[in-house]
Amino acid sequence: MIGVSLRKYLRAGLAGVVAVALSSCGPKEPAVSGGSTVVRQITEAQYRNIIRDVFGSSVTIIGRFDAPGREAGLLAVGASKADIAPATLERYDNLGRSIASQVMEEKRRANLVSCTPKAPKEADDACARDFLGKVGRMLYRRPLTSAELDLETRIATEAAKARGDFYAGLEFALAGMLVTPQFLFIAEATEADPDHAGLQRLTGLSKASRLSFLLWNTAPDEELLAAAEKGDLNTKRGMERQIDRMLDSPAVEAGVRNFFSDMLGFDAVEQLAKDTIIYPAYSSTVANDLKEQTLRTLVDLLVTKDGDYRDIFTSRKTFMSRQLAMVNRISAPTETTWVPYEFAENDPRSGIQTQVSFLALHSHPGMSSPTLRGKAVREIFLCQAVPPPPGDVNFDNFNNAAVAKTARERLTVHRTNPTCAGCHKVVDPIGLTLENFDGMGQFRTTENGVPIDVSGDLDGQPFEGGVGLGKVLHDSPAATSCVINRVYAYATGRAAGRGDVAFIDYLEKRFAADGFRFKSLLRTIAESDAFSTVAAKPASQSNKVAFDASGHKELQP
Amino acid sequence: MTFLIPRKPTRRSVLRGMLGSAAISVSLPFLDCFLNTNGTALAATGAPLPVRFGTWFWGLGQTPGRAISNKMGAGIEFLDECKALIPYRDHINYFSNFNTPLDGKVSQVHFTGWVAARTGEAPGRDRDVRLPTLDVLVGDLIGSGSRFRSLDVSCTGNPKDSYSFRSAGAPNTAEVSPVSFYARVFGPEFVDPNKGDFKADPNVVLRKSVLSAVNEQSKQFVSTLGAEDKARIDQYFTSIRQLEDNLAAQMQKPEANAACHVPGLPVEGQIGTEVGFAQTNHKLMTDLMVLALACNQTKLFNMLYSDSGSSLRLPGTSQNHHNLTHEEPNDPKLGYQVLSAKFATWSMEAFGYFLEAFSKVREGDGTLLDNTFIFANSDTSHAKIHLNDNIPIMTAGKAGGRLKTGLHIDGGGNPLSRVGFTALQIMGVPVEAWGSGALRTSKPITEIMA
Repeated sequence: MIGVSLRKYLRAGLAGVVAVALSSCGPKEPAVSGGSTVVRQITEAQYRNIIRDVFGSSVTIIGRFDAPGREAGLLAVGASKADIAPATLERYDNLGRSIASQVMEEKRRANLVSCTPKAPKEADDACARDFLGKVGRMLYRRPLTSAELDLETRIATEAAKARGDFYAGLEFALAGMLVTPQFLFIAEATEADPDHAGLQRLTGLSKASRLSFLLWNTAPDEELLAAAEKGDLNTKRGMERQIDRMLDSPAVEAGVRNFFSDMLGFDAVEQLAKDTIIYPAYSSTVANDLKEQTLRTLVDLLVTKDGDYRDIFTSRKTFMSRQLAMVNRISAPTETTWVPYEFAENDPRSGIQTQVSFLALHSHPGMSSPTLRGKAVREIFLCQAVPPPPGDVNFDNFNNAAVAKTARERLTVHRTNPTCAGCHKVVDPIGLTLENFDGMGQFRTTENGVPIDVSGDLDGQPFEGGVGLGKVLHDSPAATSCVINRVYAYATGRAAGRGDVAFIDYLEKRFAADGFRFKSLLRTIAESDAFSTVAAKPASQSNKVAFDASGHKELQP
Repeated sequence: MTFLIPRKPTRRSVLRGMLGSAAISVSLPFLDCFLNTNGTALAATGAPLPVRFGTWFWGLGQTPGRAISNKMGAGIEFLDECKALIPYRDHINYFSNFNTPLDGKVSQVHFTGWVAARTGEAPGRDRDVRLPTLDVLVGDLIGSGSRFRSLDVSCTGNPKDSYSFRSAGAPNTAEVSPVSFYARVFGPEFVDPNKGDFKADPNVVLRKSVLSAVNEQSKQFVSTLGAEDKARIDQYFTSIRQLEDNLAAQMQKPEANAACHVPGLPVEGQIGTEVGFAQTNHKLMTDLMVLALACNQTKLFNMLYSDSGSSLRLPGTSQNHHNLTHEEPNDPKLGYQVLSAKFATWSMEAFGYFLEAFSKVREGDGTLLDNTFIFANSDTSHAKIHLNDNIPIMTAGKAGGRLKTGLHIDGGGNPLSRVGFTALQIMGVPVEAWGSGALRTSKPITEIMA
C-alpha cells in the first residue's frame, strides 16, 4: 500500500514538473477553428455500461444490438451517422421493457426506487417524480426539462391507475424513457464561447458526456454531472481535476478496451468463422479468448504500465488462457484464468500483429490471406486506404494458379494482371511476412510441403516475418500519427478534417514529447480547446478534405 | 423520395391528445376509449386476403449457359442449375439481359449489383445506400396494420446481411436464428387469429399510449437540435410511428385465416456460413415465414439465403463459394467451374423450397404464392468476372392476380431498374418514375402487368 501511494505521489509530482515544463517550452496547442457537434447513437457497450451504472449489474440485458457501420475506420464515427431502423427500435423496445420490469421486481425496487409510495396500489405523483427525475438525469446525461418530467410523471400516474399498481406505473414510464431519442442518441448542445470570440463551445453537460464516453465509455457519473452543473467544466482547472480523477479510476480500462476493440475491428469476432475440420483447435471459446488476449495485452502495456504505444508492435509480454495456449502450441497454464506470459526472445511472436486475434480475423475460414492481412496492417495500424478490387477482371489466369503450392506463388498470378497488381503490390509484401501463421494464427514453417518464405517489405523497407514487421511498425511515424487520428475521431465522433490539420500536428509533437504514452494522449485531447470548441455553423463541409470518402488518408504512391 | 402514408385520424390522435398536450389532467378511463364494454376488440372486418410483398436474395448469380435457355416468352426453359424451379415455372418470371449502367461510377464489387436492383441507383461508394430499397417503399403503402412492419431473415448467421434500407445509416438487420425468429413471432405475445376469444392486451394499449407520448415529447427535444442533426435522426421518428402502428394492429384481432396454425418450436441447430447450416436454417425459417404470413403477422418479408459475394462454404475446404468463383479453374471437359456451379444449384434448390412452402399454404381458392409478390435477385451474373450486367432477377407469385407469370422476358440491354419499377407499380405504389442517373426509368414492363 505504502509503495503504491509513494509511487502515486511521485508520479503526481513528476507530472506536475512535466506539465510546467511543457507549458513553458513544449509544443503549444494552435489556435482553434472549432469542430462540429455530432449526434451519436449509443453503442451496445455504452448501453450496457449505463444500465449497469444506474441499476446495478444484476439487471440482465439479453438481446441483440445492431452495430453502426464503420466510418473513418471506427464504429464510433459510424455512430454519428447511424439512425434507428424499425427492426432496431423494436429490439430497443423489448430491451427497455425487460430492463424496466427487472428494475421494478420486488427484490430490486427497494434499493433502486428512491422513495416509498403512499400506497403501493395507487399512483403517487411526488414519488414517481422523484424517481423519474433522478433516473432520467443519469439516462439522459442531464436534468430533465420540466416538460419532460411532467410528462414522465403523468405516464407513470396514468399507467399506475390503469394497472392499480404504483410500480407498474414506473415500469411503463421507465420503459418509455429507454426508447426516447434523448437516451438512445448522444446529442450535444453549445453556447457562446467567451474565450474564443465568434466560436461556440459545448455546454458543461455536453462536455461531461464527451469526456465520460471517451475515458470510460459510459455516461457521466454523479460527480461529473455535478461538476458540469456547477460550471466547473468551463474552467481549465475544473476540467483538469475531472480528467485526472477519471484517468486515475479503474474505469479507464473499459474506455481503453473499447477504443482498441473499435480500432482493431473486434466487432467482427462475433461473426468469425473457422473451419473446424481444417482448424480443430478452433472453438467459440477461442474466438472470445483471442480478443481478450489482445485487449489484456494493451491494457497492461498502456494503462497499467503507462507504456509507450509503439511497443504494442514489439512487446513479447502478453496473457495466456488454456484454450489459447493450444493455438499458440505452448504448454497450457494450469490455472483456469488468464496468466501473464512472455514469449521467448527468438519466438516468432512479438507484438499484437503476431497475436491470434489479428492473424485469425484477417484470414479466410479455411486458409490464411496475405492480402487481407496486408490490407489490415495498412488500414488499421497506418490509417491508409486500400482501394477495393476492380470489377470485370478476367480471372482466367487462375487456371494456372491451381497448381501453386504456397500463397506467395498463388499471389504472383495476381501480380501478372496489371489491373490487380496496383493494389496487390501494396498489400501482399506485408501480408506475406505473416505467412508462417495459418488461417487461425497457428505457427507453421511449410505450406503443402514447401518451406514458407516470410521476407517482404513495407514501402521499400525490407524485413523478415512478423517480428520484423513489428520493428518497422514501431518506428513508423505513420503508425503513431494513425492512432492519434483515431483517438481524436473517437473522442469527437467525426474524422479529422482540414480544420484539424494544425491540431493533429500539435498532437503528434506532444505525443512524441510525452514518450508516446497513450494515457497522455487521452489527456492532451481531453484537455485541449479543440476537444470542446465548436464552429458557429456546423463544420461538416470541412470534414472531408484531408481524408478520402472512406475516411482514410490516401495511400502515398 | 418520400411517400406519405395516408393516415386516418384514429384512436392514436385521441391518445396523443390525452398525453401529449400540455393541458392534460385526464384521470379516468385510460383504456376505455379503445375497448368496448366487454373488453373485446372490433370484429374482423372480412376484408379480402391481403397481397404480400417480399424479397429473396442469393449471392454470386448463376453460371452462364447453365441456368436458363435463350428461349424468350411463355414456357420458361430452366436448365440444370434451375431444375428445382421447374415445378413453379408457371408462377415465375425470369428477366434476362437487363443491364446495370454505372454512369462512370466505379463498380463496387458485390455491392453495386444488388443496390442497383433494389434501389434503382448505382452506389457511388461502398456501403452507401442512398435511396430506400423496394421493400421499404412497398411497406410504406401496405406495411401498417400488421403486428410486424416487416420480417427480415438471413441464413448466413450474420444479422448485417440485410438488403433492406430506408437510408444508409439504418439497415433493417435480420433474424439469423430460427429459435429467436420463432420467439419473436410465435412467442407469448402471439395472438392466434383463428381463436374466437380475442381480448386486446391492456399492456399493449398502455405501451402504445406511452410511445405516442414519447414521440410527441421527442419532437420538442429534436427542435433543440441543429438542422443537420435533426435530419440525421429522421429515421428514428419513422420507426417509432411504425412501432405505434404495430401496437395498434395488436389491439385488434388479426384477420382469421384457416391456413394459420402455430408451428412447433424449431430445434436450434448450428448457425454460420457452412452451406449445410444455411440450407437447414433457410428451410426452418421459410416454414416459419409462411406461417407468419398466413397468420397475418406481417405483409412484408426479406429472406436472404446467402449474402452478396456469398461467404457460404463446404466444411473441410479452404475456399468458400466466393473464392471458388474466382480461383476454381474451369473443368477442361465441361468448360465451367464445377464446384461453383454446385453452389449456384444449391441456391436455386433453396429458392425452389421457398416457393414450394408458399404454394403449400392454401388461401381461399388459391395459395399464399398466388397472393404474394416475390422479388428475387442476386448481386452479379457471372461471378467469376464480377459482371454487373444481366444479373439474374425473377419474380414469383401472382400478387393477388395483378402479376402475369410464366414468362422469360428479354430486357434487350435495358436498365435492370425497370423490373423494380414494375414491381412498385404492380404493388400500387404511386410512382411515375424510379431510380437515378442512367438507371432512372419510367417504363414498366407491361407484359407482366395484369
